[in-house]
Amino acid sequence: MGEGFFSRGFRGRRRSQDTTLSPGQYLVDGFPVLSAGPTPRTPLEEWDFSVVGEVDEPKKWTWEEFRRLPSEEITKDIHCVTKWSKLGTKWEGVSVDTLLEGVETAAEYVTAFCDGDYTTNLPLEEVTGGKAWVAYAYEGEPLEPEHGGPARLLVPHLYFWKSAKWIRGLQLTSYDIPGFWESLGYHNSGDPWREQRYWGD
Amino acid sequence: MDEHRLDGNAAAGSLGEVFSFEVTTAEYACGGCGRTGRLGGAMVYEVRELGIIVRCPSCDHALIRMSHNRRRYLVDLRGTRYLTTGG
Amino acid sequence: MVAVQPRRLLWRLAEVVDVVPETSRTKSLVLEVPGWERHKAGQHVDLRLTAEDGYQAQRSYSIASAPEDERLVLTVDRLDDGEVSPYLTDVLMAGDKLELRGPIGGYFAWEAKDGCPLLLVAGGSGVVPLMAMIRHRAAVGSDMPTRLLYSSRSFEEIIYREELETLAARDGSLEVIHTLTRSRPKGWGGYDRRIDAGMLEEVSWSPDESPLAFVCGPTPLVESVGTTLVSLGHDPAHVKTERFGATGG
Repeated sequence: MGEGFFSRGFRGRRRSQDTTLSPGQYLVDGFPVLSAGPTPRTPLEEWDFSVVGEVDEPKKWTWEEFRRLPSEEITKDIHCVTKWSKLGTKWEGVSVDTLLEGVETAAEYVTAFCDGDYTTNLPLEEVTGGKAWVAYAYEGEPLEPEHGGPARLLVPHLYFWKSAKWIRGLQLTSYDIPGFWESLGYHNSGDPWREQRYWGD
Repeated sequence: MDEHRLDGNAAAGSLGEVFSFEVTTAEYACGGCGRTGRLGGAMVYEVRELGIIVRCPSCDHALIRMSHNRRRYLVDLRGTRYLTTGG
Repeated sequence: MVAVQPRRLLWRLAEVVDVVPETSRTKSLVLEVPGWERHKAGQHVDLRLTAEDGYQAQRSYSIASAPEDERLVLTVDRLDDGEVSPYLTDVLMAGDKLELRGPIGGYFAWEAKDGCPLLLVAGGSGVVPLMAMIRHRAAVGSDMPTRLLYSSRSFEEIIYREELETLAARDGSLEVIHTLTRSRPKGWGGYDRRIDAGMLEEVSWSPDESPLAFVCGPTPLVESVGTTLVSLGHDPAHVKTERFGATGG
């Protein structure tokens, strides 16, 4: 198609520019749902969360046990690689630091695994030190299935595909294993402030 | 019932950018459950601007995954045992 | 068996010849497409809009015109919070150019020579690709028994209502059955509820007649009708579906 063609009068879903946003992003009103597969609907009686892999002792919690862990209210901006951002989103969840408390490991990486076939990979240091949570409530309400409920990973300082929906556990690994999108052309690290969207960025 | 999924036709345009044959009538064998069928009858999740995921209508296994960014296509066919045209 | 024609789908620039209102929410775009190859009824095109700063949005629309028609026609349902459809129905006008590629999708397509009774089930704007089939049928003078079961919210929202009436009146082999789900005009004697198994059983051909079924519309309707037809004994390979998704845009 000829370069420079544009559709007369088309502006698209606009979208205010805000300098507090990471580069190339725009603000959005709703909360878009992007889905790569059917929405899992695991009943809470069957749900559990595990820490497995290169750990001395794997850990597991049922839903009741998970909900009894110390939790926090988290207010953060989120940035999707498809360019929308939302400022000041409010969540409630358990810090990954809490989940990894007492876990002995030499692993440097973690893979979040989920209901369905979704995975995402992160360096362990990107989910520790108060940077990541497993969240079960959004804006004061239990997290809806289409937004990742019963619980999703929340890693707001990275592009939102790393905040894996329907998370069921963290697998600690010595090798970095590219996840669902990371193996399909998306940047392994995903730092919005360095605009690391795609391979080679 | 998932409101986000579409029929195989929905992927035809994007897959048509990579394949030169008519994709929706191509036959696959699912790497998950072995079921065979035409891609037109598979389930498509068009994750707008992220990629396209084509799933087996029987077991939801990802048959084809595709993304397009930086003028680069990435096609993952590992979810199929085979994909064949015509015949 | 049909030989596979290798071809690449390329974007072309179509010119808008006319924008024609169909109902209060839908308009038909009449397009002149240079180098257009003949499509099959049921296929669709992808449209791509580009803003001055390079931002792009892309959507698929079913072709409403018959392959025999001189110009390509798309019928667009205007979604209030859509990004693309309000542009197509409110802003686009004759003389504008539109980036388009197609025809796409050999799976959900029909030619009169495919020869079996046809059952067409539509929800709302899902009627568009089925209308292309009905128009094609009329253009080639086919007398293959065809039934269209068409669900709309109200009488006023029936797309192509008069044309369907005219075609059915002069062609005994085409039947159009409406169901109105939200409101009905006074004295309405037709169906007044969502398509369900009872209605499908009354309307559809018996599976013994090996009909070909095409179902198009919002995902929940298509899933329900598709499953019901199979449970009524229709061969799943003869039930073809096209879901519009929960939202268009």
